[in-house]
This record gives sequence, structure tokens and C-alpha cells, in this order.
Amino acid sequence: MAECGASGSGSSGDSLDKSITLPPDEIFRNLENAKRFAIDIGGSLTKLAYYSTVQHKVAKVRSFDHSGKDTEQDHEPPYEISVQEEVTARLHFVKFENTYIEACLDFIKDHLVNTETKVIQATGGGAYKFKDLIEEKLQLKVDKEDVMTCLIKGCNFVLKNIPHEAFVYQKDSDPEFRFQTNHPNIFPYLLVNIGSGVSIVKVETEDRFEWIGGSSIGGGTFWGLGALLTKTKKFDELLQLASRGQHTNVDMLVQDIYGGAHETLGLSGNLIASSFGKSATADQEFSKEDMAKSLLHMISNDIGQLACLYARLHCLDRVYFGGFFIRGHPVTMRTITYSINFFSKGEVQALFLRHEGYLGAIGAFLKGAEQDNPNQYSWGENYAGSSGLMSSSPELCPTQRARSGTFDLLEMDRLERPLVNLPLLLDPSSYVPDTVDLTDDALARKYWLTCFEEALDGVVKRAVASQPGSVDAAERAEKFRQKYWNKLQTLRHQPFAYGTLTVRSLLDTREHCLNEFNFPDPYSKVKQKDNGVALKCFQRVVSALDALDWEERQLALVKGLLAGNVFDWGAKAVSDVLESDPQFGFEEAKKKLQDNSGVDVILGVFPFVRELLSRGTEVILACNSGPALNDVTYSESLIVAERIAAMDPVIHSALREERLLLVQTGSSSPCLDLSRLDKGLAVLVRERGADLVVIEGMGRAVHTNYHAALCCESLKLAVIKNSWLAERLGGQLFSVIFKYEVPAE
Amino acid sequence: MLKLGGGGQDWACSVAGTGLGGEETSFEVARLGQRGKAGSGGPGWGCAGIPDSAPGAGMLQAGAGGPALEGQGVEEVGTPEGGGEERPARHPPAPALRLLNRKPQGGSGEIKTPENDLQRGRLSRGPRAAPPAAGMGDHGGQPERSAPHAPGTPAGVGAAAVNGLLHNGFHPSRLCSRGPPGGGDAAPQRLPLQPELQPQPPPPQHDSPAKKCRLRRRMDSGRKNRPPFPWFGMDIGGTLVKLVYFEPKDITAEEEQEEVENLKSIRKYLTSNTAYGKTGIRDVHLELKNLTMCGRKGNLHFIRFPSCAMHKFIQMGSEKNFSSLHTTLCATGGGAFKFEEDFRTIADLQLHKLDELDCLIQGLLYVDSIGFNGKPECYYFENPTNPELCQKKPYCLDNPYPMLLVNMGSGVSILAVYSKDNYKRVTGTSLGGGTFLGLCCLLTGCETFEEALEMAAKGDSTNVDKLVKDIYGGDYERFGLQGSAVASSFGNMMSKEKRDSISKEDLARATLVTITNNIGSIARMCALNENIDRVVFVGNFLRINMVSMKLLAYAMDFWSKGQLKALFLEHEGYFGAVGALLELFKMPADQ
Repeated sequence: MAECGASGSGSSGDSLDKSITLPPDEIFRNLENAKRFAIDIGGSLTKLAYYSTVQHKVAKVRSFDHSGKDTEQDHEPPYEISVQEEVTARLHFVKFENTYIEACLDFIKDHLVNTETKVIQATGGGAYKFKDLIEEKLQLKVDKEDVMTCLIKGCNFVLKNIPHEAFVYQKDSDPEFRFQTNHPNIFPYLLVNIGSGVSIVKVETEDRFEWIGGSSIGGGTFWGLGALLTKTKKFDELLQLASRGQHTNVDMLVQDIYGGAHETLGLSGNLIASSFGKSATADQEFSKEDMAKSLLHMISNDIGQLACLYARLHCLDRVYFGGFFIRGHPVTMRTITYSINFFSKGEVQALFLRHEGYLGAIGAFLKGAEQDNPNQYSWGENYAGSSGLMSSSPELCPTQRARSGTFDLLEMDRLERPLVNLPLLLDPSSYVPDTVDLTDDALARKYWLTCFEEALDGVVKRAVASQPGSVDAAERAEKFRQKYWNKLQTLRHQPFAYGTLTVRSLLDTREHCLNEFNFPDPYSKVKQKDNGVALKCFQRVVSALDALDWEERQLALVKGLLAGNVFDWGAKAVSDVLESDPQFGFEEAKKKLQDNSGVDVILGVFPFVRELLSRGTEVILACNSGPALNDVTYSESLIVAERIAAMDPVIHSALREERLLLVQTGSSSPCLDLSRLDKGLAVLVRERGADLVVIEGMGRAVHTNYHAALCCESLKLAVIKNSWLAERLGGQLFSVIFKYEVPAE
Repeated sequence: MLKLGGGGQDWACSVAGTGLGGEETSFEVARLGQRGKAGSGGPGWGCAGIPDSAPGAGMLQAGAGGPALEGQGVEEVGTPEGGGEERPARHPPAPALRLLNRKPQGGSGEIKTPENDLQRGRLSRGPRAAPPAAGMGDHGGQPERSAPHAPGTPAGVGAAAVNGLLHNGFHPSRLCSRGPPGGGDAAPQRLPLQPELQPQPPPPQHDSPAKKCRLRRRMDSGRKNRPPFPWFGMDIGGTLVKLVYFEPKDITAEEEQEEVENLKSIRKYLTSNTAYGKTGIRDVHLELKNLTMCGRKGNLHFIRFPSCAMHKFIQMGSEKNFSSLHTTLCATGGGAFKFEEDFRTIADLQLHKLDELDCLIQGLLYVDSIGFNGKPECYYFENPTNPELCQKKPYCLDNPYPMLLVNMGSGVSILAVYSKDNYKRVTGTSLGGGTFLGLCCLLTGCETFEEALEMAAKGDSTNVDKLVKDIYGGDYERFGLQGSAVASSFGNMMSKEKRDSISKEDLARATLVTITNNIGSIARMCALNENIDRVVFVGNFLRINMVSMKLLAYAMDFWSKGQLKALFLEHEGYFGAVGALLELFKMPADQ
């Protein structure tokens, strides 16, 4: 993150620091195209939201006009690639201390180009206080939005759009953060917002929610009463005092009343019988730390108790906590969790949100953007542009804090198409895409982080090579290297920064970083060449297969699928070979597998599909929407299918009769999350009554979905192209996974 | 379920000679009782002279009070019959009593069998003093407390506990203070504080001089089976000790003459003063006059002193040679456990420990049933939401169930009471009277509850608290919140300027309002969850605390839209102590 002029004064925050210099590359990005502003000003933090567009270079593939030509004779590439600019929508959220609000508003004014924007949606307690300042600085009319409505809109939004948004916090366990799989139906839930007071809201649908109760004992009580008792001014300092204190010096415990008898009575002597009970009877001085701790316990317990009572009354077991009392503070998350466990006897879980601090700003933004129907779209967290959990927590991440000051960022990309669950998932609420949780498994985490670090040079090299005509490719690639390297270092220290750490999230983060520096598809040329070669082999392979008898053919087809899978630039073991020996090809792959077959989609998948089709089976072939490594994309698959159809009558008629359908998955990842699939695919799966799912490739069938339970037959196949993983799974490098499953009746 | 009362087991000695029992049978019965599956009342029920009307053991499960519950004069409570009836659920069925008989060859020293009736009596009382629930802890439903959690479980821990007691170093010689040394076999091992003789026929087997002396003492209170004077009930809480003392007013000249000197001096001292030492206070206005308890007429006095003076109190007991009176000191509250050792070692007094929630409920029901010197004990506030029309009105609590009972002491316990014997502890909170006083002391430098309340009465909490209108400029209509509602207790104190200008009175008031409203809020939620619409608030947090009472009355009414009623009782903090006293009358004679 950026050098930020404010980093030194970040923690004191008392005086207005106007000398702050904001690096536009880092903090308020894409302001030029920004429109629709929203701001949420809390007691100490300001959250600014804006909608912007990002121009990206994308590699587009286009079929040559081959009419009349014999493709067999053609030595040209099978299709042309053109790099085009594409505009995608992005939501930016920036969180900073109120101290910087004036400097930030100035900065925005200076960089704002778009003049269509007339209004800024504002929420939060400070919206009133800063109304005039905002209107004067930005020349925008402040439109005030209801705090709670914004909060809930924001909460619904993150719960729907950000995987691993909610987590359970357990201080003394490893990992401290347990992220929750997003429930397909997020409603109903209870939101307990602990601001200066406490609001308890029952949320039943997107637009229906009800304030069912509250309490005046909240964050303001901790702060106000704490300041009176300890003469400490700042909320954070009070929390730090509390984390050092001993409440038992101030509270009257059960053992203080019962003496030693509590043990024989089966009572826990450490239970607090009366908060601050000792300060009523003892004639002594109490330390600031102890009083702060006692106060923290008192308030957390009280809130937890009330939350449990309300949850019980309304039969709810999902309770999310938010508000500045909670906001990223391990101390309060810990005491609230303890209290909820105690009072609900484990029946209610205290859940926290990774982007809790942004809920109000997100909600206010959504209110203002209603005409754009943001809720019609699916959104995805951009790992490259987001700071991650606790980025500005001094306790957890001193280095990060020094780098980025107190600015925290969240960026969300609007996805082209809405994402939904695969209808064939056996239990969508318990589906976990990833096979290994690296947050949980320290050994695996270490291995993979190192693995991605070591592969970085190669990725940078490949990225530069993919844009031979570009003058700044090397520079951008270097920036990419820095960014991704920093992400990896952050994840070493905070594996929980972006939810559960997985191989998938590491791969996705890399894709996001590559995109960020305009390397949309470093493998497009490689894929183009490979596809050209493979297309030429297609007919030969198919005739060879047709010559085999049925049983041999089946075996050969499967081997073909697997052999094609070896050509994976993502796997270091393979890319090493490919880089060093460009001639390494199909025959070598065959030898590794000790048998014959073809390259990836053309020589592996299409012959397999062809066999299914000729048996009368309808096939839906789903490919990635966007590029990821050298995986075939949907648009490439269309061209390839067209070219194959031209040579093969089976494919040709199947396409024409819609027995073979080519669709996109909605994913741009080497892995696959079956809970976030393109809606069109899901609809098709349901309409056609799909009864067999074939998942191919290490990313999609091993790193993810290895344990996925479907309600129809499934086939997961991959070649293990990673020796560590092979060892983990009890096999050898280039071993084969061929997993056929029938759902239990 | 299981609270084996100390009740009848000592009657066993009356049929000791039957030769029943032995290890197996006694074990069997004890287990029976433990499961709470008392068989039928059946044969032998009346063997100790219990009227046939005594509720059967089936009540253990039914939990219904039946005829025993209401209108049963306390006079009868003291009799063994009453003892059996009063809390059937807590007592083993009568057959058990017989089976538990000691062997004829008592004193053989076999510790597996409950040899010594005295020890056994003590043992069996153990479970009654099951764990009281303190403040914040939620220990689950009271009725479900099972014996294993209680001290001195009859079945399992029995032998060990007997052993424990044997070695616990009671001073047998003390028995001799009023008579010649015990010549009997078991005398040295007898517990010193059970001076009463078993009066039932057949007569005690060992007519030791000590026992004779105890018999006489028993007679002091005028009738057989009545405990000897003085009659005390004690509730030792985290902050305050509550003591009730029954002053007999029907003392005959003969009794007066016989009354031992230190007993007389206790009576005179307590009844002729209203303050004791520096901190002891008699709440004269609460005195219940002309009461009949256990067949004696007299006045019930209500005395309190801070728990920190407990050691002084014990010291005094020692100096006044209180132990020579051979009374049983029934005590409840956490302090009964905490100070038990001190009572024994310093003052030579053995406490009879009792469960504080049991005592609370029994005491409350009793005091309400006898009324407050002709006036009703229970009251409510009419028009609680209108400060001008709000006024105290009597309430008839004749049919009290179900009720939510909120006991506000240092901490707060909330009970759902479905009948005399069927209740559960719903929850509790650590934000109670102790928190109010503790925070007030820290914030204002005050030292006493009275001082804190006095300041609070003069203060204005809205200077300290952040109101809804402070945030939204008026009502928060989206959620139907009035502008005057408190959004954040102490919320204004986040600002340094406001902290610097705030008065102590305002801080005291805000503390009081914060704690009170929070209790009200939790109580209201519990009432909703338990589906109970009457909420009875008791405990010393309400003493001289009209502000809190009216706030609670307001909160119950307002937030429930009139569905919930807040009820209060005149003797707010003393029910535990009264309940402890009632237990004294239920105690078997030879204790």
C-alpha cells in the first residue's frame, strides 16, 4: 500500500492533519469516472462509497473468415486475438478517520471530473455535523438516508455477494476466525448493532425489517462511563486499558459471596455476581485497567444477554453483530462471543462481518443507486483492491498499518452476469467448495504460500511475454509482482484477511492482481497456438478412437481427458517442463500417462463429448467466462466448437439440434465455486434435467469440489500436477484422480 | 428434583427398634429419593404421627402444592406434621424414613450405615441447602438441581460426609454447659448445636443428661416440637445481611423466670434498640406485630447490617456465648456458605444452611399471606406512565402464579414461579444494586446507598445520557422511538466538555436510571419468553428507592403496551431471611 503522509499521526488523530497527501493510485482510485457518491460518517470513522468504471484491456478472440477454405491446409492460427478496452463497473469504498475528512473532500473535489453527479447520499451520526462542509467542498447536495435502513441494506448486500463474509471469533483457538459458508437464504436474521446504544433488528426480507428492541447500554456507555472512570479520552485507548485489566478486582464474584463453597455447590466461582460490586464495599483505589475491564465485561455480557433473549423470543439463531463497539476489535468480539455462548448455552452463535464497517456506506450507496438496480447484479470482492480484514488494526498488523496509514479499502466488481447455486448441489447450505482450508492447516498454508511465491517470477515473465508490443509491459509486470508479493506477505501474517484462505483464493487474488495491471489474459497467445495445433490433430484422434472397440475406446477417451489436463501452465511442475522444452507436447504427456490421447479441450474434452453425443446424451459444455491461466474461455470454446463442427458431423448436428450447448460458468478462476455459477447455466441444468456432472481439472475437481456432494451422479477427474498435493493425497506426481460418485439414496 | 429435607429422618429414631434397614435398604431408599420418584405415601406414613392428610410423595413430581399450600398457618409449620407438609417435594417419602432407621446396635462405628441419627439428620439436611444461584450465573432451573451438586448427598456422598462430620471437630464438651457431661455412648460425637430432644414416643434411647438438657431447652419455646428461642432467620448477601428476629410476646411469668440470662439480654437488646453498633439498623416500620408463628404470639423484627460487618457479628456471637443457647441458626444467602466455618470456629455456632431461592419464595409467600399489620403487603402503581396520576395501590396476590420474581440485590436473579414448589431460575444479571452503588461510589465519591440515592433524587440523567432526540433531533419515527428515550446511557460523557461540567447528582441519577432500566428490560424479555404477565420486584435495591420502582412500573407498562404489571412488596429485601426462619420451624425436633 501507499506511503501515506498521514501514517504518523494516524493513531493520535486529535488534530486535523491537513498536510495529508493522498496517493491517487492507492486510495481514491478511479475518481475520474466516479459517479454516485455516498458517505457514512460515524463517531470516529468516515466511510466513503462511490461507483466508478474501470477500463480494462481484454483479449477478445474472433474467428477468421474461413469460408471456402480448407482448414486442414491452413497454417494460420485458428482465430485472431485482439486486445480491446472493456469498461466494467466497480464499487469503491474507502474508510478513514474523521480527522482526514476535509483533506479527503478536497482531494475528491480536485479529482472529480464527472459533473453529472449532483447528490451525495449521507448517513451516520456525523452526516448532520458535516453536512455543510460536504456541500461546500463537493458542491453536491447532501441527501440524508436513514441509518438503520442503510445498515440493513448494506448487510444484506455483503451477505449475498461476498463469500466468507460472516465469521465466528474464538480468541484462543486456532484459527481465531472461522468463516461461515454463505447460506443460500440469508433471511431471517438478527442484527445487533452496537453503536453508542444498541439496536436489535430482525431482518426478514430484502425490504422488510423490524426494530424489535434495543438497549441504552452500548458503546457510548463504555466510552462515556469509561472516560469518567479512567480519565482516558479515546475509545481505542479504553479498549487497550481493558485488555490489560483484571475485572475480578472490581467485580463481586460468586466466590466472593460464597467463599470456597461454590466448588462443592457446583457453581463456577468466577461468575460475576455483581459488576462493580467490590467498588461499593471496598475502601480502596482501583486501577484504570481493572475498571475498564470490568466495564467491558459488564457491557458485553449485558448486550449478549439481551441479544439471546431477543433471539429466543423470535426463534432466530443467526445473530450478526456490528457497530463501532465491535468494529474489528478482537477484545470486544471476544467478550461478546463469550457472553452469547454463556447465555444461550451454545444455541446462538455470535457472528461478525468482515466488512461490518462499510455496511452503512454500502447501504447509503445502494439507496442512491436504486435506479441502476445494483441488486440485480452479482458482485465480487476484488482482492487486489481491498485491504482485507483488520488491515488497520495496530495490534494485528503493525506493518500494514504503517504502510497504508489508517485507510482501509474495499472494492467490488460488478459481475457481468448474476451468480447462483448449482441446482444439483445436495445441500447448498453446507457446500464448501474448497478442499483444504489453509486458514486451518498451517502446514499446507506454508507450502502453498511458498509455492505461489516461487511461481511468481514465471508468471511475471509470462505476463511480459504476452504483450510483446507494449512499451510499459515490464513496468506493469513489476508492479504486479510487488502487489501480489505484498498480498502473499499479508496472508502469511493474516491468513484470515480475505475470508478462508484457500488455493482458490490465492489463484483468484493473482488473477485480480494481473487484471489490475492490465494483463487480462497472459496465456491468450499460448492458447491460440495450442488450439491451432490441436485442431489439426482432431480428426486423426477421432478416427483413431473410432477404430477402437467400445471398451477400449472408453478407456482411451478418459485417458485423453486426463492427458489434456496435463497442459496446465498453472502447475509449476508442468510449466517448468513447458518453459524449458517448448517442444514438449502431446506425445510426452501421453508417456507420462503411459498411454495415448489429445490436448485439453480439443483432443480431450471434445472427443469425450462426441462419444456422449453419439450415444444420444445431451451435453452442456460449460467454460470459464473470463480468462484464468491457460484454461479455455467460453468465447474460445465457441470458436473451437465451430471449427470442430466444420470437420465433424456429429458435433455439427449436435450443435444445430441443441443437443450440445456451450455456456459459460460465470467464473474467471482456475477453480470452481458451485455456489456461484452463471444463472444461465443453472437454468439450463434445471430445464434439461442434467443427471451427470463431469468436473475436470485439478483446480475444479481437486482444489475445489473434491468433496462436493451432488444429488446426481458425478465424475471428478484430474491429474495431480503438484507433488506436495500428490503426497498429501497419498499418490505420486501425475497420478490420476478419477472419482465417480452416485448419490446415496 | 431432589432436595431431601432434613424433615422426617430423625423421626426414624422413634422406630429405631424395628431393626429394619441396614445398608442395602437405606441405600435403596436414598436412591429412590434422589431420582425424585418417591413411591406412594403408603403404609407407615403415619408412624411418626403425621396426619393422613399429609400430601403424598407423589407431589414430588406433581409439584402441586395441594391442600398444604395455602391457608396453612405457620403455627403448624413448626410441628413435624407441618414439616412434612410444607414442602413435600423436598422431603423423602415417609417409607423412606422408616427404612432409613438406624440399626438397633447404634454406635457400632460403621460409617457406611448412617449410624448416628444426629449425624444423619445433618447429612440429610445438606441437600436442602442446594446451591443458590448468584447474580449473573444462569445455573438452570432450580428444580432440576440434583443432589450431586448439593453438599452432603445422602446416597452417594453419605458415608464420606458422615465421616467428614465426625472429624470436623465439634466440641462435644459444649453440650455439657447446661448439664453434666454426656455419659452416653454417642454423646461425644453428637453435634453440639442440636440440643432439642426428640420428643416423640418412644422416648430417646439414650437418656443422657445432655439429652435431658436439650429436652428442657426445647420446652423453652413453650411447646414440644418447637425450636428453642431465640428464633432467627438470616440472609447473608453480598452486600447486606438481613436478619429477622421473632420476639415472643406471650411469655408467661414462668417462662420469663426460666429464660436464661443471655437469651433475655438478646431479646431486650434487639427490641429496645433500633440501631446496633455503627451499621446495624432495625427497620421499625416493617415490624410485623401480633404474629402467630409456630404457636407463639409475638412480633417479627427486621434488621440489616452490611456483610462486611459479618465478622464483628460473629465475634459478638462468640462473646455473648450465643452457642450456649443451643439454638439453630438458619441462614441463607451466599454468606451462609462463606461464613459457615467462621461461625463454627469463632462462635462455636453451627449454621443450618438453606437455599436462597427456596427461602426467598417461601418467605415472600408467607409474608404476603399474613399481610402487613392488616394492610396488604403487595402493591403496584396505578397510571405508571403518567407522573402526575401515578400512585401506589394495594394489590391482592392471593393467586400469585405464575409470577416472574425479580430479586434485586447486589446482583439480580430472575425466577419464574409456577407454584409454591415449582419454580426455575430463568436468568440473572450482574448489573444490580451492587453495580449502582459501586459505580456511584467511583463516580461521585459517595459512600452509602442512602447517600447515593439522595444524590440521585436531585440529579437529572438527561445531562449524562444521550437521548434519541440528541441524535435524531426528535423522535426516531422509523422505529417508533420517542425523542425522550435514552439512546445511549452515559453517551454524552463521550464528550470531554460535557464530562467536565457534569454534576455528581446527575451522574448518580444516570447510574440509577441505567441500572434500573436494564433490569426492567431483561425482566420484560424474560416475562415474554416465559409467557408470564406479572412481574414481582423484590430485593434491597428497591429500599427507599421510589425512583427505581416507578421507573420499573413505567417500563413494564410502556414497553408491553399495558400487558405487563410490575408488582412490589413492602418487605422487599427480607424474604430470604423470613424463609430461613420458616425453615427453623420445619426442622425436625432433634436437631
